[in-house]
Amino acid sequence: MKSIAIIGGGVAGMEAAAKLSRMGFSVTIIEEKDQLGGKLMQWHALFPARRPAAEVLASLKNQVKLGINIFLNARVENIEKNDDGFAIALNNNRMITAHAILLATGFDIFDATKKEEYGYGIYDNVITSVDLEKAFNEGKVLTAQGKTPKRIGFVHCVGSRDEKSGNPHCSKVCCITGVKQAIEIKELIPDSEIFMFYMDLRMFGRHFEELYKIAQVEHHIQFIRGRLSEAFENRDNSVLIKIEDTLLGKPMKMNLDLLVLLVGMQPSKKLSHILRDLEVENDADGFVKQTDNQLAPSKTNTPGVFAIGAVTGPKTIEETISEARAVTLEIADYLHNKVATRILMNESYSL
Amino acid sequence: MIIEGKKRLWQEYQKEIADDHYFFVRSCIRQSFFPGAEVMFLKIMRDMLGKDIVENPGHTTCTGIGYHTDVVPFETTMTVVARQFALMTEAGYKNYAVSCITSFGLYTEILETWKHYPEIEAKTREYLKKATGREFRVPENVAHASDIIYKFRFQIAEKAKYRLVDKDTGEPLKVVEHIGCHYAKMFPHKGVGGAEYPYVLVGLTEALGGEIVDYPERRHCCGFGFRQYIVKNNRGYSLSCAKTKFESMKPYKPDLIVTNCPGCPYFLDRWQYVIGEMEGTTYGENGYGIPVLTYEELAALCLGFDPWEIGLQTHQVGSEPLLRKIGVPFDLNKKYLGINGKEMGKPAKPSILMVE
Repeated sequence: MKSIAIIGGGVAGMEAAAKLSRMGFSVTIIEEKDQLGGKLMQWHALFPARRPAAEVLASLKNQVKLGINIFLNARVENIEKNDDGFAIALNNNRMITAHAILLATGFDIFDATKKEEYGYGIYDNVITSVDLEKAFNEGKVLTAQGKTPKRIGFVHCVGSRDEKSGNPHCSKVCCITGVKQAIEIKELIPDSEIFMFYMDLRMFGRHFEELYKIAQVEHHIQFIRGRLSEAFENRDNSVLIKIEDTLLGKPMKMNLDLLVLLVGMQPSKKLSHILRDLEVENDADGFVKQTDNQLAPSKTNTPGVFAIGAVTGPKTIEETISEARAVTLEIADYLHNKVATRILMNESYSL
Repeated sequence: MIIEGKKRLWQEYQKEIADDHYFFVRSCIRQSFFPGAEVMFLKIMRDMLGKDIVENPGHTTCTGIGYHTDVVPFETTMTVVARQFALMTEAGYKNYAVSCITSFGLYTEILETWKHYPEIEAKTREYLKKATGREFRVPENVAHASDIIYKFRFQIAEKAKYRLVDKDTGEPLKVVEHIGCHYAKMFPHKGVGGAEYPYVLVGLTEALGGEIVDYPERRHCCGFGFRQYIVKNNRGYSLSCAKTKFESMKPYKPDLIVTNCPGCPYFLDRWQYVIGEMEGTTYGENGYGIPVLTYEELAALCLGFDPWEIGLQTHQVGSEPLLRKIGVPFDLNKKYLGINGKEMGKPAKPSILMVE
């Protein structure tokens, strides 16, 4: 039986594992945490319809209950290529072999302390979108002093489209995440005022633009085009921000009870030694290079090594699920036909 | 405020500071703004810490103000700076100690430029050679004088006669620190503690027993910002910058402001007088202002130098309430005597701001 090792047990890894297992392959998931789920475990509700993240998580987990080898608390120490595929050494002297490898390690969340001028980790009431999801999970959004915030600001593109922080790319999901979270706060705290500070809003997905309009028309959330220059802490622990409204052409100062930083996605650092062992190339943005963006998006330059989800750039869950399903065919094709990297653009491809 | 977060950041921004044998370069304007400050720095270094520090009267301006106001082109600035390095090289020194923040920023900018573009350094060497016949070595270490005081803060604190503590209550004095823009805003890793939460004066203040006040407009410009002040029509903006800071720090009732820039202490000091005259507002207790000291003046005060030898009488805001709070003795009759013991003449008193 042909075997596949999937590194990463988040949305991408679980979905691909389930589908590959049903196709008759021997599948092993290598997950560094003590349970499957990845970053989805930290989320409360998913855009745009605000479906509970736990519901999606449970569904994905349910698929991988039977017939899949799962290594938890497992870290890849090194990988060697051989004639038959790959020998993967894990921590605790465990060793597994696989005919193909699927990289599904996801992304790193931008470390907001790197934007020192915003004061995350220093000012009491500066939090990230990830922290806010945790608060939603607990059912209440409060300031560090335990008060209900009445003026809340969201900063878009924190650690995205920002060359100074080393991430020139767009993280794609933050715009709609911000809109979703703003509406959720407004529903929790109806008399709150919410301000969104953005460069531009990229409502690319289905129902995103509609949600953006609902946020403005029904919830009176204010969108101000301008990037925050810096934040400070007032004596009462509220946050003073300095920003320019670039549509009015005016610099502004504003006091907020809570400042939320919409943190972006960046390439996973824990993947670097795996990529080195597998001789897989990165793009200039640090994400894994796709052999062909249009026709072979999940193939890497190394035959037998595939990559999906945020390993190849910021993705939504919807896109990740689609990629996870599509890669199963790529892997099956590779394993059944022993085809290495077939560049479809250069070869005729007969179904 | 999460102090642990600041401490974590401070650890990321530590820099190499030479521990002896310095070639010292003065500031153009500090000697007329607060003439005692640089004198105190040299006294502390030589007499209190036993360090070898030399200067050369042939040292000139770095052209910083001219450079930042677009009067002097960068090529000229680099050649002038190369000459300063030649003076250091000829004196047999490798460690460059800079009094002025703008000079420090400019030296850093030039050295970084040369690091990334060696051909520009080669061109500068050629210009210097043609113009003066001189050659130079790049300094092994460039430190601002406040970096050096920071490095020896614990030795200074050990030798200190006075601490930044209210002698009556035993409470630490509340201190506002203000860092010159050119210290680390361009190159955060060249400053102790980085650009957003600099540690250089925090460390000194804490070593001397004081407590730092972090207030909302801490990062705001003092108002010197060359285009704000040197362009006469912009001076109202300069004043409004300083006022923004005073209004923001006032609720914290700071006992003093400590700075590490030539311009900041001057503007934060003099504008308190102007705001008093214009609006009748003062920011200290009982009609006084908030004293503004440089880091050397502050260190010298704690080390027991006479306030008038330090030059505190050249400040617009009276330092007497601060001296009383710490317990530093002073003789008001000697306030305006020169170092030769002769009367220097007394300045007219402001109509609003309290001075003695």
